[in-house]
Amino acid sequence: MLKGKQSWVFNNRPVITATGVTGGPFEANGRLSGDFDVLFDDLWMGEDSYEKAHRHLLEVATNTAFEKEGVTVEDVQFMIAGDLINQITPTSIAARQLKLPYLGIFGACSTSMEGLALASFFVNYGGGNYILTGATSHNAAVEKQFRYPTEYGGQKPPTAQWTVTGSGVALVKANQGNESGKPVTTSATIGKVIDLGLTDPFNMGGAMSPAAADTILAHFKDLEIDPSYYDLIVTGDLGKIGHETTFGLLQKEGLPIKKEQFKDCGMLIYHEDQPVQSGGSGAGCSATVLYGHLLNEMKKGTYKRILVVATGALLSPLTVQQNETIPCIAHAVSIEMNE
Amino acid sequence: MGNKKPESKEVEQYKQFEKNFETKRPLFKNCLKAFLVGGFICMIGQAITYFYIYFFSFTEQTAGNPTVATMVFISMLLTGFGVYDRLGQFAGAGSAVPVTGFGNAVISAAIEHRTEGFVLGVGGNLFKLAGSVVLFGVFSAFVVALIKTILIKLGAI
Repeated sequence: MLKGKQSWVFNNRPVITATGVTGGPFEANGRLSGDFDVLFDDLWMGEDSYEKAHRHLLEVATNTAFEKEGVTVEDVQFMIAGDLINQITPTSIAARQLKLPYLGIFGACSTSMEGLALASFFVNYGGGNYILTGATSHNAAVEKQFRYPTEYGGQKPPTAQWTVTGSGVALVKANQGNESGKPVTTSATIGKVIDLGLTDPFNMGGAMSPAAADTILAHFKDLEIDPSYYDLIVTGDLGKIGHETTFGLLQKEGLPIKKEQFKDCGMLIYHEDQPVQSGGSGAGCSATVLYGHLLNEMKKGTYKRILVVATGALLSPLTVQQNETIPCIAHAVSIEMNE
Repeated sequence: MGNKKPESKEVEQYKQFEKNFETKRPLFKNCLKAFLVGGFICMIGQAITYFYIYFFSFTEQTAGNPTVATMVFISMLLTGFGVYDRLGQFAGAGSAVPVTGFGNAVISAAIEHRTEGFVLGVGGNLFKLAGSVVLFGVFSAFVVALIKTILIKLGAI
């Protein structure tokens, strides 16, 4: 149901019934290694290219989610997923092998919440009993496309971020009314494309902040609630600089948000001493942290209601070289524990 | 290109606002590290030059070529072992400016695109980063040589 200008309320409370989370060696050394289902100790993951490894991450995450829920491809109606590689080929090729009716989406690093919002919307209105959604990124495959070769000795500035190797998928299931103790999606806010003129691809956090702030403000305005409704408001991959900028923007707009309830997946995933500059990023960043760590914390009772705001920088290497500014977007999904 | 619109007030304001939160590049520390590492790399180069002069029949003028080749070879090995990019993050210009940085730029592109095959992958991308260095290096050498030739013909030198 539409509420306000750009938000949906899911009255039938679709259930995030099972998740699958995979990661690479760098994530295995990270702060949240315990929240991954499968961790690979090699970036190649037994494949002969990083792009194939990228696909493998998604396939393993999907199989893990299916196994946990005890379902097969036959039980699932649709797959809504995406990644960062040109023409989202890793996800599409994984979909080819899964043989699921498939909607490929691209929202850069906001893909995770774009997918969860759409899956929840479909399920809420009876568009499917089970819908698979998720987002994936692979450090070496993504860096190859967007940056210099991985072994190139260029110095990254402190504003740069580290692309997460990982895949997070979730099975969104129609709520039959007997789903106590499971996380459900209750609302979503779809963001606008916002561009405030930053051009530095090594400072995506700063570029994405206005989009994050805009979506967060729109969410509270549309739903007529204030930040105290949530135990945690978590952004996707703003990193240290983007996180502080966004907090500053929200305060400037007079939103009563507290520092301790505002976090960022890109800052949660790695240890302080890992060489990631400003923090983690990539489509897999918010997907792995939400579907792994945050949902685990919700099940433990740490958080009852969270708002996940995945942020994406909609740039390409071509637009950067042509001196285009960076258009950014953020989508928010509210997740609550079903009593 | 060249059609830069004047920035709107909102953009201007946001850029100012965002600057407050940016971690600055530690300029002095970076310069110092670049100086020390760059100097150290050149010192190794110097040692190799002496090595070629004393143990082989090279002179100070001719020892340059084998020295450069050796330095590039070492940096390529270090790149392959995954060390050079870490050195680059620490040293910045210190490891990028010497000829070893050139070797790193070439071989890192070759490693990166190996999965796309030898011809279109390695061959097509080998000079992806270093290509413009070669092009503009050769071109500026040509321009300088041209100027020198003209001056000599005019009898100025």
